[in-house]
Amino acid sequence: MLRILHQIFRTGIVTEPLPSAVEAEIEGTGARLEEAVRRRFCRSLTIRQVDAGSCNGCELEIHAINNPIYNCERFGIHFTASPRFADMLLVTGPVSRNMEIALRRTYNATPAPKLVVAVGDCGYNGGIFGENYASLGGVGKIIPVDVYIHGCPPTPAAILRGILRAVEK
Amino acid sequence: MTTLNNTITSAFGGDAKQDTGQYPTPPIPPFDKGGAGGVTAYQVPREWFVNVAKVMKTADARLVAEWATDESPFGRGFGIYACYAKDSEYLIVKTYTPLEDPAFPSLTKKFVSAYRFERQMKSLMGVVPVGHPDLRPWIKHEDWPEDAYPLRKTFDASKPMPRVKGEYPFIKAEGEGVYEIPVGPVHAGIIEPGHFRFQAVGEDIINLEERLGYVHKGIEKRFETLSWKEGARLAGRVSGDSTVAHSLAYCRAVEATSPFIPLHEGDRGRLPERAEWLRALMLERERIANHLGDLGGICNDVAFAFLLYQFSILKEKLLRTNHKIFGHRFMMDRIIPGGVTVDISKDAKEEILAEMDWLTNEFERLVTIYDENPSLEDRVRDAGILTPEKAKELGVVGFVARASGQNIDCRIQNPFPPYNIIVPKITVLQSGDVHARAWVRIEEIRESIRIVRAILYGLPDGDITVKFNPPSPDKAGFAVVEGWRGEIVYWIHSGALGEINRCMVRDPSSVNWIALEQSIHGNIVPDFPLCNKSFNQSYSGNDL
Repeated sequence: MLRILHQIFRTGIVTEPLPSAVEAEIEGTGARLEEAVRRRFCRSLTIRQVDAGSCNGCELEIHAINNPIYNCERFGIHFTASPRFADMLLVTGPVSRNMEIALRRTYNATPAPKLVVAVGDCGYNGGIFGENYASLGGVGKIIPVDVYIHGCPPTPAAILRGILRAVEK
Repeated sequence: MTTLNNTITSAFGGDAKQDTGQYPTPPIPPFDKGGAGGVTAYQVPREWFVNVAKVMKTADARLVAEWATDESPFGRGFGIYACYAKDSEYLIVKTYTPLEDPAFPSLTKKFVSAYRFERQMKSLMGVVPVGHPDLRPWIKHEDWPEDAYPLRKTFDASKPMPRVKGEYPFIKAEGEGVYEIPVGPVHAGIIEPGHFRFQAVGEDIINLEERLGYVHKGIEKRFETLSWKEGARLAGRVSGDSTVAHSLAYCRAVEATSPFIPLHEGDRGRLPERAEWLRALMLERERIANHLGDLGGICNDVAFAFLLYQFSILKEKLLRTNHKIFGHRFMMDRIIPGGVTVDISKDAKEEILAEMDWLTNEFERLVTIYDENPSLEDRVRDAGILTPEKAKELGVVGFVARASGQNIDCRIQNPFPPYNIIVPKITVLQSGDVHARAWVRIEEIRESIRIVRAILYGLPDGDITVKFNPPSPDKAGFAVVEGWRGEIVYWIHSGALGEINRCMVRDPSSVNWIALEQSIHGNIVPDFPLCNKSFNQSYSGNDL
């Protein structure tokens, strides 16, 4: 136990103020995100993540926004297990044929008004997988998308920026 | 090592023909230590395909992969392939079936790992494994048209398929108090999709059946439309967490089909050493980062969030260094046929060495906390046991195998430079529980840190790429690479115009998923996430 406490004090707070973690041009993203979440979602934006066919690369970066360095919870962002509690769906693609029905059901189970953010180049247009018998392409082909986040995979900072764009819409 | 070779020639004599035509060079030139790294291929008559399996089983070989090809452009019907391994030796056995009679004898009764390989071959290529006990489709879901066999050359992959009515019959359990829990495909956390069907009594799990295929994106078919160079990008996205290992295995298979053109007198006509060493550097960094993430995940699944956050800080720092030095947090697209796209400077070398010192220090502190925590130990010990006997029978690979008494690591058994010089120390544990799978990862992080240091101290000077020649028609290439999850296998075949005719991908997950089913009996439902995390297999790599 002493070791745990010692390690906690040694580590301190590693969470970075957002501007230093990302490029200068988005200075203030953190404050704006917090403000938008506070104003529009009563301080709590709840996200349901859906992997609709991704290679797992985007998932790793979505995990990263939960780590202590990006610490998305400080902005009121929280990931939920059920679409019924969600304000936003964070969807990675390409949408595989075998996931199409599950994605539609998840979308329908999410209460309106809802935001959909498609993550990654594959979520935009299918990426390198393209469109074929098994891959239906971008998320927008299946459900309405509010914001696309580009990148393969997008960095954690880019994902936070994309979420901000959606909540400011 | 030529045990399997000797076995097959003594059992079948001249009827097993060695196939030298398709394999122009051994994948890598023989090393000083016994010429490991090659693959030999034999062709046998169709009815003997299963006899060979019998002989291989007696010789204590492991079934690595089984796959089918459509070789109708060469007028040869469907090719049926099985790859076996024992120690440092890999052996491919192939046979042909005519287009009008696409059937072959099933190997499932000899090797359990053939069970899903053959269901997949039937589902996607339409070749029938005669004698297979369970021909329910695999990867192919119930709403596909039955005659849709995407890997056949006659299949038009560019069109979407219609949905038909159908049902997937799950295995049932009946009796008083038995109930079913269906989970997925959309899971509670930020993870990939798949379906798990539990039969339970109270909290005890009687049976678990996995149903995968949800992220099938037609990757193997997609390869056939790409150039050899684009193929490396696709391979890097088969399983995003293993991007280095997959693109490396792909590139090594491609390079095996086509000897490099020596650029000048005295050129070895092979990959520059510096490129090989940089590839290994990236491979080990990928291993460390993923193992750190998994250790955090395992701790989180027993509600010890403290270590999740601590380990994820270490992982994040590593990814940032990757971004700074290699230009990408996961080092995607840094490995290409003929070398690597990024070199490291002297400063970068110093930076990585300093990072490894820092990492060792921080990591060991956390390992002590992990090791000293009784409530953690109480959950991870004796949970999700995969016995060494089962592990061997199922033919599992990677840390899953090494946590269950199997001494397999293709960095040892099939090494390429620098692993012939910097030999990894392999940790093998016997208990096969969640703790063993976690502890093998801890030891592998320690060992990978040592390897990273050794690579940087010994990094040879020179070029980082060599001119790559696309393969000539009808050549095959084979490669295995030990990714962080285990042995990744690529087998590629060039078509009549020198294009990609077939690219077979075998992620470790294709053999390891079934081990999760087998280790869960008698555990309680709330321990499933923990057991699953300790395996952490890829859905995308399995579903392709």
